[in-house]
Amino acid sequence: MSKLKLITKGIIKENPTFVLMLGMCPTLGTTSSAINGLGMGLATTFVLILSNMAISSIAGSIPNKVRIPSYIVVIAAFVTVLQLMMQAYTPELYETLGLFIPLIVVNCIVLGRAEAFASKNSVVDSALDGIGIGLGFTLALTVLGAIRELLGSASFFGIKLIAGDGILVFILAPGAFIALGYLMVIFNKLRS
Amino acid sequence: MAKESTLKNMVTTLSVITLISSALMGGAYVLTKEPIDNAFAQKTNSAISAVAPKFDNDPSSEAFTMELSGKGYKVYPAKMGGELVGYAIESFSSGFGGRLSLMVGFNIDGSINSISVLGHSETPGLGDKIEPGKSGFGVQFQGKNPQDFKMVVKKDGGDVDAITASTITSRAYCDAVNTAWEIFKLCIENQTQGGAQ
Repeated sequence: MSKLKLITKGIIKENPTFVLMLGMCPTLGTTSSAINGLGMGLATTFVLILSNMAISSIAGSIPNKVRIPSYIVVIAAFVTVLQLMMQAYTPELYETLGLFIPLIVVNCIVLGRAEAFASKNSVVDSALDGIGIGLGFTLALTVLGAIRELLGSASFFGIKLIAGDGILVFILAPGAFIALGYLMVIFNKLRS
Repeated sequence: MAKESTLKNMVTTLSVITLISSALMGGAYVLTKEPIDNAFAQKTNSAISAVAPKFDNDPSSEAFTMELSGKGYKVYPAKMGGELVGYAIESFSSGFGGRLSLMVGFNIDGSINSISVLGHSETPGLGDKIEPGKSGFGVQFQGKNPQDFKMVVKKDGGDVDAITASTITSRAYCDAVNTAWEIFKLCIENQTQGGAQ
Protein backbone atom coordinates (compact mmCIF):
# COMPACT_ATOMS: atom_id res chain seq x y z
CA MET A 1 0.00 0.00 0.00
CA SER A 2 1.42 3.39 -0.93
CA LYS A 3 2.08 5.94 1.79
CA LEU A 4 -0.51 8.33 0.44
CA LYS A 5 -3.15 5.62 0.40
CA LEU A 6 -2.50 4.99 4.09
CA ILE A 7 -3.66 8.51 4.79
CA THR A 8 -6.57 8.72 2.37
CA LYS A 9 -8.06 5.39 3.35
CA GLY A 10 -8.63 6.74 6.86
CA ILE A 11 -10.51 9.71 5.47
CA ILE A 12 -12.76 7.92 2.99
CA LYS A 13 -12.62 4.15 2.71
CA GLU A 14 -12.24 3.48 6.40
CA ASN A 15 -13.63 6.69 7.83
CA PRO A 16 -13.90 5.91 11.55
CA THR A 17 -17.23 7.66 12.03
CA PHE A 18 -19.15 7.02 8.82
CA VAL A 19 -17.79 3.61 7.84
CA LEU A 20 -16.20 1.87 10.82
CA MET A 21 -18.72 3.54 13.16
CA LEU A 22 -16.30 3.67 16.06
CA GLY A 23 -16.07 6.33 18.74
CA MET A 24 -19.73 7.26 18.60
CA CYS A 25 -19.80 8.58 22.17
CA PRO A 26 -17.54 11.64 21.64
CA THR A 27 -19.00 12.04 18.14
CA LEU A 28 -22.50 12.54 19.50
CA GLY A 29 -21.49 14.27 22.70
CA THR A 30 -19.09 16.98 21.62
CA THR A 31 -20.39 18.12 18.24
CA SER A 32 -22.79 20.80 19.42
CA SER A 33 -20.70 23.32 17.47
CA ALA A 34 -18.15 23.16 14.66
CA ILE A 35 -15.34 24.43 16.88
CA ASN A 36 -15.99 21.77 19.51
CA GLY A 37 -16.04 19.06 16.86
CA LEU A 38 -12.78 20.33 15.37
CA GLY A 39 -11.13 20.55 18.79
CA MET A 40 -12.19 17.06 19.79
CA GLY A 41 -11.08 15.67 16.42
CA LEU A 42 -7.64 17.26 16.67
CA ALA A 43 -7.21 16.10 20.28
CA THR A 44 -8.00 12.55 19.25
CA THR A 45 -5.68 12.81 16.23
CA PHE A 46 -2.82 13.91 18.49
CA VAL A 47 -3.29 10.91 20.78
CA LEU A 48 -3.81 8.56 17.84
CA ILE A 49 -0.57 9.49 16.08
CA LEU A 50 1.56 9.30 19.22
CA SER A 51 0.00 6.10 20.55
CA ASN A 52 0.21 4.41 17.14
CA MET A 53 3.90 5.28 16.88
CA ALA A 54 4.72 4.26 20.45
CA ILE A 55 2.80 1.02 20.23
CA SER A 56 4.22 -0.03 16.88
CA SER A 57 7.74 0.51 18.23
CA ILE A 58 7.21 -1.53 21.38
CA ALA A 59 4.77 -4.15 20.09
CA GLY A 60 7.58 -6.63 19.41
CA SER A 61 8.65 -6.78 23.02
CA ILE A 62 5.23 -7.11 24.64
CA PRO A 63 4.05 -10.59 25.59
CA ASN A 64 0.75 -11.42 23.92
CA LYS A 65 -1.28 -11.91 27.10
CA VAL A 66 -0.60 -8.43 28.49
CA ARG A 67 -0.79 -6.49 25.24
CA ILE A 68 -4.17 -4.84 25.89
CA PRO A 69 -3.25 -3.50 29.37
CA SER A 70 0.07 -2.30 27.96
CA TYR A 71 -1.64 -0.44 25.10
CA ILE A 72 -4.14 1.14 27.48
CA VAL A 73 -1.36 2.38 29.78
CA VAL A 74 0.48 3.93 26.83
CA ILE A 75 -2.70 5.57 25.50
CA ALA A 76 -3.70 6.82 28.96
CA ALA A 77 -0.28 8.41 29.43
CA PHE A 78 -0.61 10.36 26.17
CA VAL A 79 -4.15 11.42 26.99
CA THR A 80 -3.07 12.70 30.41
CA VAL A 81 -0.26 14.70 28.81
CA LEU A 82 -2.75 16.14 26.30
CA GLN A 83 -5.23 16.95 29.04
CA LEU A 84 -2.63 18.84 31.07
CA MET A 85 -1.48 20.73 27.99
CA MET A 86 -5.01 21.73 27.03
CA GLN A 87 -5.73 22.85 30.59
CA ALA A 88 -2.62 24.99 30.48
CA TYR A 89 -2.76 26.50 27.00
CA THR A 90 -6.37 26.25 25.77
CA PRO A 91 -8.42 26.45 28.99
CA GLU A 92 -11.57 27.56 27.18
CA LEU A 93 -11.60 24.64 24.77
CA TYR A 94 -10.77 22.32 27.65
CA GLU A 95 -13.77 23.57 29.54
CA THR A 96 -16.23 22.94 26.73
CA LEU A 97 -14.85 19.49 25.87
CA GLY A 98 -14.45 18.73 29.57
CA LEU A 99 -15.15 15.12 30.38
CA PHE A 100 -14.59 13.91 26.83
CA ILE A 101 -10.84 14.50 26.91
CA PRO A 102 -10.03 11.85 29.57
CA LEU A 103 -12.53 9.61 27.79
CA ILE A 104 -10.26 9.48 24.71
CA VAL A 105 -8.48 6.71 26.65
CA VAL A 106 -11.40 4.38 26.09
CA ASN A 107 -12.18 5.65 22.59
CA CYS A 108 -12.47 2.50 20.50
CA ILE A 109 -10.77 4.19 17.54
CA VAL A 110 -7.49 4.61 19.42
CA LEU A 111 -7.35 1.11 20.88
CA GLY A 112 -8.77 -0.31 17.66
CA ARG A 113 -5.98 1.18 15.54
CA ALA A 114 -3.37 0.05 18.07
CA GLU A 115 -4.59 -3.52 17.95
CA ALA A 116 -5.56 -3.76 14.28
CA PHE A 117 -2.81 -1.72 12.66
CA ALA A 118 0.02 -0.35 14.80
CA SER A 119 0.94 -3.65 16.45
CA LYS A 120 1.56 -5.23 13.02
CA ASN A 121 3.12 -2.39 11.02
CA SER A 122 6.19 -0.18 11.00
CA VAL A 123 6.44 3.06 12.98
CA VAL A 124 6.20 5.27 9.89
CA ASP A 125 3.18 3.42 8.49
CA SER A 126 1.51 3.55 11.90
CA ALA A 127 2.07 7.29 12.14
CA LEU A 128 0.55 7.76 8.67
CA ASP A 129 -2.38 5.55 9.63
CA GLY A 130 -2.85 7.68 12.76
CA ILE A 131 -2.84 10.86 10.67
CA GLY A 132 -5.33 9.41 8.19
CA ILE A 133 -7.78 8.03 10.72
CA GLY A 134 -7.39 11.15 12.85
CA LEU A 135 -8.15 13.43 9.91
CA GLY A 136 -11.13 11.31 8.96
CA PHE A 137 -12.45 11.57 12.49
CA THR A 138 -11.77 15.32 12.65
CA LEU A 139 -13.49 15.86 9.31
CA ALA A 140 -16.56 13.89 10.37
CA LEU A 141 -16.81 15.71 13.71
CA THR A 142 -16.32 19.15 12.16
CA VAL A 143 -18.94 18.55 9.46
CA LEU A 144 -21.40 17.17 11.98
CA GLY A 145 -20.68 20.03 14.37
CA ALA A 146 -21.06 22.62 11.62
CA ILE A 147 -24.41 21.20 10.54
CA ARG A 148 -25.74 21.01 14.09
CA GLU A 149 -24.52 24.51 14.84
CA LEU A 150 -26.00 25.88 11.63
CA LEU A 151 -29.42 24.35 12.25
CA GLY A 152 -29.42 24.61 16.02
CA SER A 153 -28.01 28.04 16.74
CA ALA A 154 -28.00 29.65 13.29
CA SER A 155 -24.28 30.29 13.36
CA PHE A 156 -21.15 28.96 11.67
CA PHE A 157 -17.88 28.52 13.63
CA GLY A 158 -19.27 30.85 16.26
CA ILE A 159 -20.26 33.58 13.79
CA LYS A 160 -23.94 34.37 14.05
CA LEU A 161 -25.62 34.24 10.63
CA ILE A 162 -29.21 35.11 11.43
CA ALA A 163 -30.57 36.64 14.62
CA GLY A 164 -32.61 34.20 16.65
CA ASP A 165 -32.28 30.78 18.15
CA GLY A 166 -32.48 28.15 15.42
CA ILE A 167 -33.94 24.69 15.85
CA LEU A 168 -33.09 23.82 19.43
CA VAL A 169 -33.33 20.05 19.01
CA PHE A 170 -30.15 19.97 16.91
CA ILE A 171 -28.05 21.23 19.81
CA LEU A 172 -29.47 18.53 22.08
CA ALA A 173 -28.76 14.81 21.97
CA PRO A 174 -31.62 13.74 19.65
CA GLY A 175 -30.42 16.24 17.04
CA ALA A 176 -26.98 14.61 17.13
CA PHE A 177 -28.50 11.24 16.25
CA ILE A 178 -30.68 12.70 13.48
CA ALA A 179 -27.84 14.68 11.88
CA LEU A 180 -25.38 11.80 12.17
CA GLY A 181 -27.88 9.38 10.61
CA TYR A 182 -28.44 11.56 7.56
CA LEU A 183 -24.73 12.27 7.20
CA MET A 184 -23.98 8.54 7.19
CA VAL A 185 -26.54 7.97 4.46
CA ILE A 186 -25.12 10.75 2.30
CA PHE A 187 -21.51 9.71 2.89
CA ASN A 188 -22.10 6.07 2.06
CA LYS A 189 -24.14 6.97 -1.02
CA LEU A 190 -21.31 9.16 -2.30
CA ARG A 191 -18.68 6.56 -1.47
CA SER A 192 -20.26 3.68 -3.38
CA MET B 1 7.71 -11.31 17.11
CA ALA B 2 6.03 -11.07 20.51
CA LYS B 3 7.82 -12.43 23.53
CA GLU B 4 6.55 -15.55 25.23
CA SER B 5 3.87 -14.90 27.86
CA THR B 6 5.75 -16.14 30.90
CA LEU B 7 5.07 -14.59 34.29
CA LYS B 8 8.49 -12.99 34.42
CA ASN B 9 8.13 -11.49 30.93
CA MET B 10 4.67 -10.10 31.62
CA VAL B 11 5.63 -8.55 34.96
CA THR B 12 8.77 -6.91 33.60
CA THR B 13 7.02 -5.57 30.50
CA LEU B 14 4.14 -4.05 32.44
CA SER B 15 6.49 -2.60 35.07
CA VAL B 16 8.71 -0.98 32.46
CA ILE B 17 5.76 0.43 30.53
CA THR B 18 4.03 1.85 33.61
CA LEU B 19 7.31 3.30 34.85
CA ILE B 20 8.03 5.09 31.58
CA SER B 21 4.43 6.29 31.30
CA SER B 22 4.38 7.69 34.83
CA ALA B 23 7.68 9.48 34.19
CA LEU B 24 6.14 11.02 31.06
CA MET B 25 3.05 12.16 32.96
CA GLY B 26 5.11 13.48 35.84
CA GLY B 27 7.20 15.52 33.42
CA ALA B 28 4.11 16.93 31.73
CA TYR B 29 2.61 17.78 35.11
CA VAL B 30 5.68 19.72 36.22
CA LEU B 31 5.87 21.57 32.90
CA THR B 32 2.20 22.56 32.84
CA LYS B 33 1.61 23.26 36.53
CA GLU B 34 2.45 26.93 36.33
CA PRO B 35 0.44 27.74 33.17
CA ILE B 36 -2.55 25.84 34.60
CA ASP B 37 -2.44 27.79 37.86
CA ASN B 38 -2.07 31.02 35.89
CA ALA B 39 -5.02 30.20 33.64
CA PHE B 40 -7.16 29.39 36.66
CA ALA B 41 -6.16 32.54 38.54
CA GLN B 42 -6.76 34.61 35.43
CA LYS B 43 -10.25 33.21 35.09
CA THR B 44 -11.08 34.00 38.71
CA ASN B 45 -9.56 37.47 38.41
CA SER B 46 -11.48 38.35 35.28
CA ALA B 47 -14.71 37.15 36.92
CA ILE B 48 -13.95 39.32 39.96
CA SER B 49 -13.19 42.43 37.94
CA ALA B 50 -16.33 41.84 35.88
CA VAL B 51 -18.60 41.91 38.91
CA ALA B 52 -16.93 43.85 41.74
CA PRO B 53 -16.91 47.64 41.99
CA LYS B 54 -13.71 49.28 40.77
CA PHE B 55 -10.75 48.21 42.90
CA ASP B 56 -6.96 48.56 42.96
CA ASN B 57 -5.94 45.66 45.22
CA ASP B 58 -5.45 41.99 44.38
CA PRO B 59 -8.66 40.36 45.64
CA SER B 60 -7.57 36.77 45.01
CA SER B 61 -4.57 37.09 47.31
CA GLU B 62 -6.80 38.51 50.07
CA ALA B 63 -9.59 35.97 49.61
CA PHE B 64 -11.07 34.26 52.64
CA THR B 65 -13.75 31.65 53.24
CA MET B 66 -17.05 32.25 55.00
CA GLU B 67 -19.19 29.44 56.31
CA LEU B 68 -22.95 29.28 55.97
CA SER B 69 -24.95 26.24 57.08
CA GLY B 70 -21.96 23.94 56.86
CA LYS B 71 -20.72 25.04 53.44
CA GLY B 72 -17.73 27.22 52.75
CA TYR B 73 -17.97 30.12 50.28
CA LYS B 74 -15.07 32.12 48.92
CA VAL B 75 -15.15 35.86 49.37
CA TYR B 76 -12.91 38.30 47.52
CA PRO B 77 -12.73 41.76 49.07
CA ALA B 78 -12.41 44.67 46.63
CA LYS B 79 -10.53 47.68 47.94
CA MET B 80 -9.77 51.11 46.53
CA GLY B 81 -6.84 52.86 48.15
CA GLY B 82 -7.01 50.51 51.15
CA GLU B 83 -10.70 51.29 51.70
CA LEU B 84 -13.15 48.40 51.35
CA VAL B 85 -15.55 49.15 48.47
CA GLY B 86 -17.30 45.84 48.03
CA TYR B 87 -17.07 42.09 47.84
CA ALA B 88 -17.10 39.51 45.08
CA ILE B 89 -18.65 36.34 46.47
CA GLU B 90 -18.43 32.93 44.87
CA SER B 91 -21.76 31.22 45.40
CA PHE B 92 -23.41 28.05 44.17
CA SER B 93 -26.65 26.12 44.18
CA SER B 94 -27.98 23.16 42.31
CA GLY B 95 -29.64 23.90 39.02
CA PHE B 96 -31.54 21.79 36.52
CA GLY B 97 -28.50 19.97 35.17
CA GLY B 98 -26.13 20.10 38.12
CA ARG B 99 -24.07 22.58 40.06
CA LEU B 100 -24.57 26.21 39.17
CA SER B 101 -21.85 28.58 40.35
CA LEU B 102 -21.97 32.35 40.24
CA MET B 103 -19.69 35.22 41.12
CA VAL B 104 -21.81 37.92 42.72
CA GLY B 105 -20.38 41.41 43.18
CA PHE B 106 -21.74 43.62 45.96
CA ASN B 107 -21.14 47.30 46.58
CA ILE B 108 -20.41 48.20 50.18
CA ASP B 109 -23.99 49.52 50.65
CA GLY B 110 -25.35 46.06 49.88
CA SER B 111 -26.60 46.66 46.35
CA ILE B 112 -25.64 44.15 43.69
CA ASN B 113 -23.05 45.52 41.29
CA SER B 114 -23.07 42.71 38.76
CA ILE B 115 -23.24 38.93 38.51
CA SER B 116 -21.29 36.56 36.31
CA VAL B 117 -21.72 32.84 35.75
CA LEU B 118 -18.63 30.78 36.58
CA GLY B 119 -19.94 27.41 35.55
CA HIS B 120 -23.18 25.57 34.91
CA SER B 121 -24.57 22.56 33.13
CA GLU B 122 -27.99 23.87 32.18
CA THR B 123 -29.79 23.00 28.95
CA PRO B 124 -28.26 24.77 25.94
CA GLY B 125 -30.75 27.18 24.43
CA LEU B 126 -32.98 27.25 27.52
CA GLY B 127 -31.28 27.38 30.91
CA ASP B 128 -28.00 28.70 29.53
CA LYS B 129 -29.68 32.08 29.02
CA ILE B 130 -28.42 32.86 32.53
CA GLU B 131 -25.04 33.52 30.92
CA PRO B 132 -24.40 37.22 30.53
CA GLY B 133 -24.80 38.19 26.89
CA LYS B 134 -27.23 35.41 26.03
CA SER B 135 -30.19 37.19 27.58
CA GLY B 136 -31.00 40.04 29.88
CA PHE B 137 -31.82 37.74 32.78
CA GLY B 138 -28.77 38.62 34.85
CA VAL B 139 -29.12 42.34 34.15
CA GLN B 140 -32.28 42.72 36.24
CA PHE B 141 -30.23 42.14 39.39
CA GLN B 142 -27.78 44.95 38.68
CA GLY B 143 -28.03 47.87 41.07
CA LYS B 144 -30.77 46.22 43.10
CA ASN B 145 -30.49 46.05 46.86
CA PRO B 146 -31.73 42.66 48.11
CA GLN B 147 -33.27 44.43 51.11
CA ASP B 148 -36.05 45.81 48.94
CA PHE B 149 -35.77 43.51 45.93
CA LYS B 150 -37.21 40.09 46.68
CA MET B 151 -34.94 37.62 44.90
CA VAL B 152 -37.51 34.97 44.17
CA VAL B 153 -39.11 34.37 40.77
CA LYS B 154 -42.48 36.08 40.21
CA LYS B 155 -44.24 32.72 40.08
CA ASP B 156 -43.25 32.21 43.73
CA GLY B 157 -44.18 35.73 44.77
CA GLY B 158 -40.87 37.51 44.25
CA ASP B 159 -39.62 40.27 42.00
CA VAL B 160 -37.51 38.32 39.50
CA ASP B 161 -38.60 37.71 35.93
CA ALA B 162 -37.82 34.05 35.27
CA ILE B 163 -36.49 32.73 31.95
CA THR B 164 -39.33 31.25 29.93
CA ALA B 165 -39.35 27.45 30.16
CA SER B 166 -36.45 27.51 32.62
CA THR B 167 -38.10 28.14 35.97
CA ILE B 168 -35.89 25.64 37.79
CA THR B 169 -32.74 27.27 36.47
CA SER B 170 -34.07 30.72 37.36
CA ARG B 171 -34.90 29.53 40.89
CA ALA B 172 -31.43 28.04 41.31
CA TYR B 173 -29.89 31.31 40.12
CA CYS B 174 -31.95 33.25 42.69
CA ASP B 175 -30.96 30.75 45.40
CA ALA B 176 -27.30 31.30 44.64
CA VAL B 177 -27.69 35.09 44.68
CA ASN B 178 -29.58 34.85 47.99
CA THR B 179 -26.81 32.72 49.46
CA ALA B 180 -24.29 35.33 48.36
CA TRP B 181 -26.42 38.01 50.01
CA GLU B 182 -26.44 36.06 53.31
CA ILE B 183 -22.67 35.77 53.09
CA PHE B 184 -22.40 39.47 52.37
CA LYS B 185 -24.42 40.30 55.49
CA LEU B 186 -22.14 38.03 57.54
CA CYS B 187 -19.08 39.79 56.16
CA ILE B 188 -20.50 43.23 57.00
CA GLU B 189 -21.51 42.15 60.52
CA ASN B 190 -18.09 40.77 61.26
CA GLN B 191 -16.34 43.70 59.60
CA THR B 192 -14.26 41.21 57.68
CA GLN B 193 -11.58 42.89 55.64
CA GLY B 194 -9.70 39.87 54.46
CA GLY B 195 -6.01 39.24 54.90
CA ALA B 196 -4.53 42.70 55.47
CA GLN B 197 -1.48 43.17 53.31
